[in-house]
Amino acid sequence: MADWVDACAVDDIEEEDLIRFDYGDRTFAIYRSPDDAYFCTDGLCTHENVHLEDGLVMNYVIECPKHNGQFDYRTGEAKRAPVCVNLGTYPVKVEAGRVWIQI
Amino acid sequence: MAQRNYSLLGPDAQRAVETGLATAEWYHTDIPRKDMKTLMKREDRPAIRDTIILFGAMLGFVAIAIALMPSWWALPFWLAYGVLYGSAMDSRWHECGHGTAFKTGWMNDALYQIASFCMVRNPVVWRWSHARHHTDTIIVGRDPEIVAMRPPALFRIFLNVFGILDAINGWGRMMRNAAGQLDPEEASFIPEREQAKVYRVARIWVAIYAATLCSAIAFQSWVPVLVIGSPRLYGAWHHVMTGVLQHAGLADNVLDHRLNSRTVYMNPISRFIYWNMNYHVEHHMFPMVPYHRLPELHEKIKHDLPVPNGSILAAYREVWPALKRQLRYEDYFLRRSLPASAKPYREDLHTEALGVPAE
Repeated sequence: MADWVDACAVDDIEEEDLIRFDYGDRTFAIYRSPDDAYFCTDGLCTHENVHLEDGLVMNYVIECPKHNGQFDYRTGEAKRAPVCVNLGTYPVKVEAGRVWIQI
Repeated sequence: MAQRNYSLLGPDAQRAVETGLATAEWYHTDIPRKDMKTLMKREDRPAIRDTIILFGAMLGFVAIAIALMPSWWALPFWLAYGVLYGSAMDSRWHECGHGTAFKTGWMNDALYQIASFCMVRNPVVWRWSHARHHTDTIIVGRDPEIVAMRPPALFRIFLNVFGILDAINGWGRMMRNAAGQLDPEEASFIPEREQAKVYRVARIWVAIYAATLCSAIAFQSWVPVLVIGSPRLYGAWHHVMTGVLQHAGLADNVLDHRLNSRTVYMNPISRFIYWNMNYHVEHHMFPMVPYHRLPELHEKIKHDLPVPNGSILAAYREVWPALKRQLRYEDYFLRRSLPASAKPYREDLHTEALGVPAE
């Protein structure tokens, strides 16, 4: 059974941006969308294991900083080569100003 | 170091994987996230403006050239058209391949397809090839886009000033791909699910070239061939001239772009043709930054980079002696000094792979 983990405060992430969140030996990316919703995906690009934390968020797309591959961070769907494999996504909830992810 | 083997399937490729040079972490100059977000921001306007100028100029030059034929006065207009077809399209292919030129996806894709055709680079194959170039920049056996090898293949570069090897190779591969075959090296970096796209594009291109040749024969005229295909040969010189400067004479098998890439200040016309790729260290460190923001990025991080060469000529004054020396001693490379404000080169990342630096 996956656990809910307190990842960050809602204000830790700027609108239309992301932050990195490390938990144990795993790493994640947590996003705040332009309409103020929060999402969580695996932190590493599925193409060549580059962390997405330095990438560019454009609406609901995260672009990898190394090769410009794109994913829809709401679904993890790979949208633009060179990425072909989808990102893992995780449930998110916001409670009392904190962002929780189920991992 | 033993003689370098540039095959992607050869011993140096295996060595790069074993020594941790492949898909490694690279040095980056520190830059605040807020600044980086501003620099990465996409917009359509600069690339739409430049694309209108580019296609407008191509149309104008080719119309004047055709009108002046058969006079020799047509020649400079053909040459100008050729540079835009055979060189400016190289940088359009590059920027649109990264997806950074325009904000709107279909605009990037449309110009990428046109530029790929002009440069005879299969848009699928070369998207993957260029991804590898960014992962493993000038790592021997891993990077498929090394222009000046060691020892430098100067005659090969000279032939490519007229597009001879690259274009003929491109047309050969196009025929092979159109027949449903992939080069084994290409297959090493293109996922299987993408390979059908390679063949489809190649078949479309064969049809375009066939129509061009048929119309040349039907009208008993060189014009169709001068407009489509051959400008890749007679207009290639500018992209070779600027492209050689990107990495030639510098280190290989290193993990710090300041050691293997070169920024050169260039005149505005060359910068238009080259779409600011003269800021090459900056581009490799931060490939997310669109071409039109590279001068701004340069200003922000130049304190951490070697001093750029002042002009194309100044850069060749540095590169040419280095290439000549590499003919005799291939481990030689230029190691440029950093300003006092810069962080030291991250040689700890790749010490074992370095040869003997220039004094």
